[in-house]
Amino acid sequence: MNEKHLLLKKLYQQFTAEIVRPIAGYVDEEEVFPVETVKEMVNAQMMGIPYPVKYGGSGADTLAYVLAVEELSKACATTGVILSAHTSLGAHPIYAFGTEEQKQKYLVPLNKGEKLGAFALTEPNAGTDAAGQKTTAILKDGYYEITGSKIFITNAGYADIYIIFAMTDITKGTKGITAFILEKDMPGFTIGKKEKKLGIRGSSTCELMFDRVKVPVENRLGAEGKGFGIAMTTLDGGRIGIAAQALGIAQGALDEVVAYTKSRKQFNRSISQFQNTQFKLADMATQIEAARCLVYKAAVAKDTQKNFSTEAAMAKLFASETAMNVTTMAVQLYGGYGYTREYPVERMMRDAKITEIYEGTSEVQRMVISASVLR
Amino acid sequence: MTKDIFVFIETRNNIIAEVSLQLLSEARKLKAQYAQKGLNHQVVGVLPGYNVENLPATLFNYGADKVILCQHEKLKEATTQHTSKVLSDIIRAFEPDSFLIGATVIGRDIAPRVAARVDTGLTADATIIEVDMASDTSLLLITRPAFGGNLFGTIVCPNFRPQMATIRPNVFEKTEIEAEAGEVVYFETTFDETDWVEILKREVQQAKTNDIAKARIIVSAGRSMAKHLDLIKDFAQTLNAEVGASRGLVETGALGKDVQVGQTGKTVRPLVYIACGISGAVQHTAGMDKAECIIAINSDPNAAIFQIAHVGIVGDAVLILPKLKEELQKILN
Amino acid sequence: MKIVVLMKQVPNTTEMLIDKETGTLIRTGVDSIMNPDDTSALEAALKIKQSNGAEVIVITMGPPQAANMLRECYGRGVDHAMLISDPAFAGADTWATSNTLAAAIKRVQPDLIFAGRQAIDGDTAQVGPQVAERLNIPQITYVSKIVEVTSDFIVVKKHYEDFDETLKVSFPCLLTTLEQLDHLRFMNVTSAWQAFDKPIETVNNQVLMLDAKDIGLKGSPTQVRKTFTRPVSSEVKLIHGGSDEAVKAILSTLAPYIQ
Repeated sequence: MNEKHLLLKKLYQQFTAEIVRPIAGYVDEEEVFPVETVKEMVNAQMMGIPYPVKYGGSGADTLAYVLAVEELSKACATTGVILSAHTSLGAHPIYAFGTEEQKQKYLVPLNKGEKLGAFALTEPNAGTDAAGQKTTAILKDGYYEITGSKIFITNAGYADIYIIFAMTDITKGTKGITAFILEKDMPGFTIGKKEKKLGIRGSSTCELMFDRVKVPVENRLGAEGKGFGIAMTTLDGGRIGIAAQALGIAQGALDEVVAYTKSRKQFNRSISQFQNTQFKLADMATQIEAARCLVYKAAVAKDTQKNFSTEAAMAKLFASETAMNVTTMAVQLYGGYGYTREYPVERMMRDAKITEIYEGTSEVQRMVISASVLR
Repeated sequence: MTKDIFVFIETRNNIIAEVSLQLLSEARKLKAQYAQKGLNHQVVGVLPGYNVENLPATLFNYGADKVILCQHEKLKEATTQHTSKVLSDIIRAFEPDSFLIGATVIGRDIAPRVAARVDTGLTADATIIEVDMASDTSLLLITRPAFGGNLFGTIVCPNFRPQMATIRPNVFEKTEIEAEAGEVVYFETTFDETDWVEILKREVQQAKTNDIAKARIIVSAGRSMAKHLDLIKDFAQTLNAEVGASRGLVETGALGKDVQVGQTGKTVRPLVYIACGISGAVQHTAGMDKAECIIAINSDPNAAIFQIAHVGIVGDAVLILPKLKEELQKILN
Repeated sequence: MKIVVLMKQVPNTTEMLIDKETGTLIRTGVDSIMNPDDTSALEAALKIKQSNGAEVIVITMGPPQAANMLRECYGRGVDHAMLISDPAFAGADTWATSNTLAAAIKRVQPDLIFAGRQAIDGDTAQVGPQVAERLNIPQITYVSKIVEVTSDFIVVKKHYEDFDETLKVSFPCLLTTLEQLDHLRFMNVTSAWQAFDKPIETVNNQVLMLDAKDIGLKGSPTQVRKTFTRPVSSEVKLIHGGSDEAVKAILSTLAPYIQ
């Protein structure tokens, strides 16, 4: 981390303190997508951090972007995932696999924050088994006709641009999956039910329905049959974003509980003076620091190595489990108060859980890591 | 060089600013201190204006020995450009030993400009001015707060004259005396033809509240009272008091800046100041510590406000005020 | 159009504490921040840059670490940053400071100069007007709103104690701003990422060539004879306990004032 990153960190901290933190409780309680926050993020040019200036981005690196997700997530995991899904999942496929025309038409507005992005791979019967896609894309005269549905899509309903995956050849299994760029108002493309979730309740997670949506051939992303590879590579990067979110959640919880243990008095002293509490805090802090090292390492690896899947998987696996451990312990240290919605730690614990699940469950991460280990 | 203490008399619409009278009274005290050293300093009111011939009489009643009167159409209202010019010209012509200016918006605008023009030192927001009795010169010791009120400095200007200072309203008290009319000296000078600044419009602010600086009793609330303002207002009404606020409370938007007491708000000097839930940070106390009777209510026994309170209550203002109001109503009826 | 913004890096005096034992100011551990009134000055300049296409130059006088603040200014898109730093300038009162700043500003020849009304460490509000005097240009202090800006003049609202004036003044001129004039925008990622690639022009007295008698401690007509903190009184008579006791105590204190 150099002085540039430190300056950015200061920006993110000021932004989070002033814009994100004051409404974090409200966003969760009322399940509200923080539209105003996103507007402010656009003004602060936070929507295309790791992408080149010539494509409307900020020209910074992956670590600079990871720091943003981390800082935002310390106060509000919902805000963190909005940025992560947009940057890592929505914009990246176009940056890495798009034609110049597609980059100009879609990537530039995404990076400038003029449009919000989303990524739709998961289906009712295709989660970890992503190859079990049922959405089809039939090539017709100058366009593809897309029919099917997706579920659990982050930013759905607010996003303008959706990277979706569909079978162009159902006989070829994973090699028959193709990626497409869809725009929200394409006829036949509707947003379905919004999920009521345990955590990241302000994040808009919905079903997408495609009823013979006509998608121009120019909107196919990459060649036919290359979709699965695009999805997997993209998720590798997305994992780092989620790892950063988990890291932020964990750190945010630790910060809250440290302050609490100092002020809470029982038996005539602050509970921070009890060794049991101290040891727990030590363990939490150490685990978070270890997670931080893995997350930042993965961020650097993405920019410097051709293959960074293992680093990304390790970061997400460890950071998400850390977030779960730390937030659970934080609630415990808060005692009864931690269980109420007056204090933020119960929300952080609920928010932490999803980081072990989406963008590849912890089981998937273990598969990736063991494959690398056993090579 | 005259050995005189000059005081800028700020006026508007033929009314003399309170602070100018306060400074005259204070200058009179300095004159007495100088006299103890065998120095004969006169108190001189400097009155630039237009149609203000009737005002010197009042100035003599507040301590002026002499008044320098400069009347010109360009001085109808105080402006940076013309008022700085006339004050600088007067300083060059009369070479006073010291020059005191009220730290009003106008005063703080003009004083630094004048000091720079006549190449002398200016000390802002003085809270104490004394003659240096230890030296045999006319040196003044001027004490002022800095670092947001956390630190006080005593400033001197040994090698340049006049020694200049600005003083906030209500730091000093005005005292009316029985005085004979003193000398009025008429001063004339030239002014720039063109005005630097054109006044397009003037809007008098709708006074939402009475000026708390004029209140006898002030009930003041801190940030923690933001949700209990009705209580505060109710209680203040019982006492016929004005409501004041700390900066923290004003920042929540609960009350306006016009009732903010403190370094960046108003300096007040009421008979009674009741601080409810105010921690007493120096930025606040700098604006009220000259109140005659300070009553502080705060649930934190370590609150800094207790350092300056005459009566300190460790408790919850939310619980105390209603009871207090009840008892007060019994007494008043 | 060229706009100079005068800024100062100050300790966060609102969070300063006094050492109860020594009676001195605790300066360690206190953050350095942009002076609050200066932040609105910077925002005013940046807004004019957006609407009228001006060049914004930030000038600060201070020790080398003031460069950090200038990086944050670059992070907000200013065009140029100047650090006036030289041991010879140290210890200056407002008169000497204004001399130094005015000399630096003369090299830039701006149309408009923005400065914060006062710094939260010095608390004098003198530097703005004194710089204007040195440059022999009009000033408007206590600006609470910018109404209109053209290439030749500016119209602003000035806040007095109980009224406001709308004033028009031609360039060049100096304006001092209150913190409440505006809220400084956040840095943006793109500018912040490039902030360390931008040059900070460091100006010392070899460049300004000011006479020793006009700068620094030697050039200061006012001198600090002594400093002290408010005496911390150790004797505090507090009334604890129930509301009834408190009410009694307050009533007896108030008695003489409410006849």
